[in-house]
Amino acid sequence: MLRLLAWRLALIPLTVLGVVTILFVIFRSVPGDEATMIAGATATQAEIDVVRNQLGLDRPLPVQYAGHIVRLLHGDLGYSATFRGNPMPRILERVPATLLLTASAIALTVAAGIPAGILAAAFQHRWPDFAVSTGVVALLAVPNFWLGMMLIALFSVQLHWLPSLGLTGPASLVMPTIALSARLIALVGRLVRGIVIEEQRKDYVRTAYAKGLARPRVLYRHVLRNALIPIVTVLGLQTGYLLGGSVVIERLFDWPGIGDLLLTAVGLRDYTLVQGITVLFVIGFLLINLLTELLYRLINPRLR
Amino acid sequence: MSAAVARVVRRRRSRGLFLPVGATLLAAFLLIALLGNVIAPYDPNAQDLLAILDPPSAAHWFGTDEIGRDILSRVIVGTRITLAIAGASVLFAGAAGIFLGLIAGHSRGAADRVITVSLDLLMTVPSLVLAIAVVSAIGANAEGLITAITISFVPSLARLVRARVLELRELDYIEAARAIGMRQPRILLRHILPNAASVIVIELSLMAGQAVLVGTALGFLGLGVQPPAPEWGAMLGASREFLEVAPHVAVVPGLAVSLLVFAFNLFGDGLRDWLDPTATP
Repeated sequence: MLRLLAWRLALIPLTVLGVVTILFVIFRSVPGDEATMIAGATATQAEIDVVRNQLGLDRPLPVQYAGHIVRLLHGDLGYSATFRGNPMPRILERVPATLLLTASAIALTVAAGIPAGILAAAFQHRWPDFAVSTGVVALLAVPNFWLGMMLIALFSVQLHWLPSLGLTGPASLVMPTIALSARLIALVGRLVRGIVIEEQRKDYVRTAYAKGLARPRVLYRHVLRNALIPIVTVLGLQTGYLLGGSVVIERLFDWPGIGDLLLTAVGLRDYTLVQGITVLFVIGFLLINLLTELLYRLINPRLR
Repeated sequence: MSAAVARVVRRRRSRGLFLPVGATLLAAFLLIALLGNVIAPYDPNAQDLLAILDPPSAAHWFGTDEIGRDILSRVIVGTRITLAIAGASVLFAGAAGIFLGLIAGHSRGAADRVITVSLDLLMTVPSLVLAIAVVSAIGANAEGLITAITISFVPSLARLVRARVLELRELDYIEAARAIGMRQPRILLRHILPNAASVIVIELSLMAGQAVLVGTALGFLGLGVQPPAPEWGAMLGASREFLEVAPHVAVVPGLAVSLLVFAFNLFGDGLRDWLDPTATP
């Protein structure tokens, strides 16, 4: 277990280095001169040259690349025109809001998806099953940002129950969480329904009933245990959706996270900031995957 | 008939509807996309400043937007944009994914390692974040959008094709083809690709739904097709400002996106049941 953890942790910097390199290549081949952009529209040619020299943009690309990597190792992402310097601290101060949103989305997924799946399986081919299955199909087709807009129209505009903008307290977390997790709830619900229906016919379930256990206890204590591993798998595979979706949801709800900052950076053509935040998303992706694998080994004794 | 058999039959019967219903819906969308300007009751860009943010009425079935344009007409004409972007990105991603997957699966050497490692690297960037980064580098327009969606889809597709090639190349009939002196490229194209086709087609049709979701999300963020083009995502992005006073503006474009994604999902699932009956739903 510890060896695996160490091995995986060692791989993360390598992967990040690879992604940083790909991003460096993409953004250095962008048409348009970075020095001109940073110097501003009113700058003279002499001023542009000064900026170019200060940022080292007049040096050969391999030298620039090496400098970029060395600075990164010191936590310096480069010169961001938006923040007039290294944007790292400004990015990091936005991380907690994104963590809060994604963590609560996962929590809601588990809290809503598992009971929905069990309910559908327990009432197979009857109306609760029909309702859950319809909900799954609908939630997999609806764009998360549109679901968020409809929630705002209903709960903020019509009913005045929930705030629609910003991170202002527990109530402001409700709608972004629902909008972000809707797709995941549908996936987990469908998965749990399938597993429970499959497992219900097995011998150990009959034994559990035979020794007099009640149905909810059999479903939650015995059957659900076998569903945990696939649930973790599906959630792990959806990490990319979770992080990418958070960007759109943060913009819609004016959420002060890194996704919102990424879009601001794109709007301002601040490529340093765009690359820095993208790398941060990659690190988040790798850490969540690592966590998934550890969880896997925790709940599956065969892998220990 | 035992209970288990009855269950399977019932499942087949209800799931058997997926493919025809999905195909019919997609055909309807295609027809609307082709006829767009002909069947739209109004010019999608005609402004009527006397009818700003009007709720649905007999004249404007789905109401009007912030400068008095007919929402129904804009949604109808916008169908072509969304379908074209989804179709083009899926085709390009399909071509690139098949090419890279075949090469990687076939060579098993250095080329395989280079392709696999770079695709794995790309897969660590959440696809929407990757698409946003690519669009910010290339530019916010239809070409940038198609490139961005294509790049974010290629890795998983190439991996799928590679896995299928690795699985097929060990089979007897491939060995037989090699034994009679058939060349590798010919074996790949004539014997391996046709047997990988069903897996690829299923994946592509499910990806088309995702392409619609990513494309409209980028449009919503202002990073896709630019206004005044009646792109569904961009329409939703513009309607965000008027959600307080005129929520109806946001309803129909969102329903259109959902229905199109639903059609692709249904079609893909139905295709899987039809072509690959052993797969678990």
